[in-house]
Amino acid sequence: MEEFLSVTGQLFTGFGENCFIFAITLLAALPLGLVVSLGSMSKFKPLKWLTKTFVWIIRGTPLMLQLFVVFYIPPLASQGGFAFDRMQAALIAFIINYAAYFSEIYRGGIESIPKGQYEAGYVLGMKRSQIFFNVVLLQVIKRITAPIGNEIITLVKDTSLASVIAIPEILMNAKDFSMVGLIWPLFYSALFFLAFCGILTLLFSFIEKKLDFYKG
Amino acid sequence: MALLQVEGIKKSFGKTQVLKDISFSLEKGEVLAIIGSSGSGKTTLLRCLNFLETPNSGKISVNNTVLFDGDTKNNMTDSQIRKNRLHFGLVFQSFNLFPQYTAIENVMLAPKLHNKKLKNGANYKGLTKPGEIKALIREEALALLDKVGLSDKIDSYPCNLSGGQQQRVAIARALALNPDVLCFDEPTSALDPELTGEVLNVIRGLKSSDSTMIVVTHEIEFARDVADKIIFMSDGVIEEEGTPEEVIGNPRSPRTQAFLSRFNG
Repeated sequence: MEEFLSVTGQLFTGFGENCFIFAITLLAALPLGLVVSLGSMSKFKPLKWLTKTFVWIIRGTPLMLQLFVVFYIPPLASQGGFAFDRMQAALIAFIINYAAYFSEIYRGGIESIPKGQYEAGYVLGMKRSQIFFNVVLLQVIKRITAPIGNEIITLVKDTSLASVIAIPEILMNAKDFSMVGLIWPLFYSALFFLAFCGILTLLFSFIEKKLDFYKG
Repeated sequence: MALLQVEGIKKSFGKTQVLKDISFSLEKGEVLAIIGSSGSGKTTLLRCLNFLETPNSGKISVNNTVLFDGDTKNNMTDSQIRKNRLHFGLVFQSFNLFPQYTAIENVMLAPKLHNKKLKNGANYKGLTKPGEIKALIREEALALLDKVGLSDKIDSYPCNLSGGQQQRVAIARALALNPDVLCFDEPTSALDPELTGEVLNVIRGLKSSDSTMIVVTHEIEFARDVADKIIFMSDGVIEEEGTPEEVIGNPRSPRTQAFLSRFNG
């Protein structure tokens, strides 16, 4: 019993790190992704191609590698003059990575709105911004709820990757127990993820139901 | 002087010239029907009037005010274009209602947005208090939905309305801003045959001494019945223009004759 409690305590402490990375990444990447998506839809070609290249590189390389780059490259390049601490490095890598994925979901959502919706707004004398906020935005939100939910649930589990730059998150702690012969904490840690993802699933089906008052 | 004066409108997309020198005028209270085969430029003309397309050259004036002049088109600011648009209303072939709003919210949205931030001293039909303005906008929207025969559907979402009902909401929405000229772009082309009648009847019912309308349509009988003036367009030019008796009854141009013979079987 004492062993169970101490393992539980350790895993909770570790999961705190996961939740912290999760929350900060979402708070920053959701809006940043919108900025990136606007760049990738820009009519100004250089900006568009720059953004598209950025998204290609971020989506085309492993998140684990990006964590290494953000954590190890600055001190190497500055010969020890500058470095992020571990959590800073993890947050930067996660935020950039998820912003790239979110931006593509936003772009898909925004581009799926028929041109007629904008034109209907224009002939009623609305401004572009009025059309975006009063006509288009809610339709986009409705269309992207499912893919964003998918991505957010992936993020919950991806936070474990922070262990590669030695952030003591839950899986790292569970693995440490296995080194001293305790295997079950590894499986126990799965319950934390399952519970968290279960709550998110409920939350997203609630949002989808809320947005179900109209079709189209 | 005519209410609407269109002079020498030309419009090209790439190398294709869609409108080749279109000129016509329309008196207040007149209904103009534009007929012609697909690709003749009818829709593009309506889109130019509503500033959804910018003509390459030409002039558009309403009430003797020049709204568009091809020579100075690059100097037009966005807010000027928005203001100019309010002289025209447009009812689309595919309705384009806002799906997340109920029928009455669709009608009220634009008036509400236009009166959201009334500057000091400004007023909406004599009212300055936001609450009173909102109530008046709602009252007007109710009256418009009643006019198009939908007073029992005010709180329905577009997805729960038939195509004909949706198009009638779209007509009420366009009327809410009191345009000088209301344009219809093939308003019944996306409807099942049994639903076209209700929409055409609504348009017929709008005809009055102070509502000026332009209807692009394939419904020749409707055009003959409701229009004061008919334009037959072909290949981006006005091939024939006149009263329904002249254009539909006794077409002079061989192209008009050929086009109409397809409808008379």
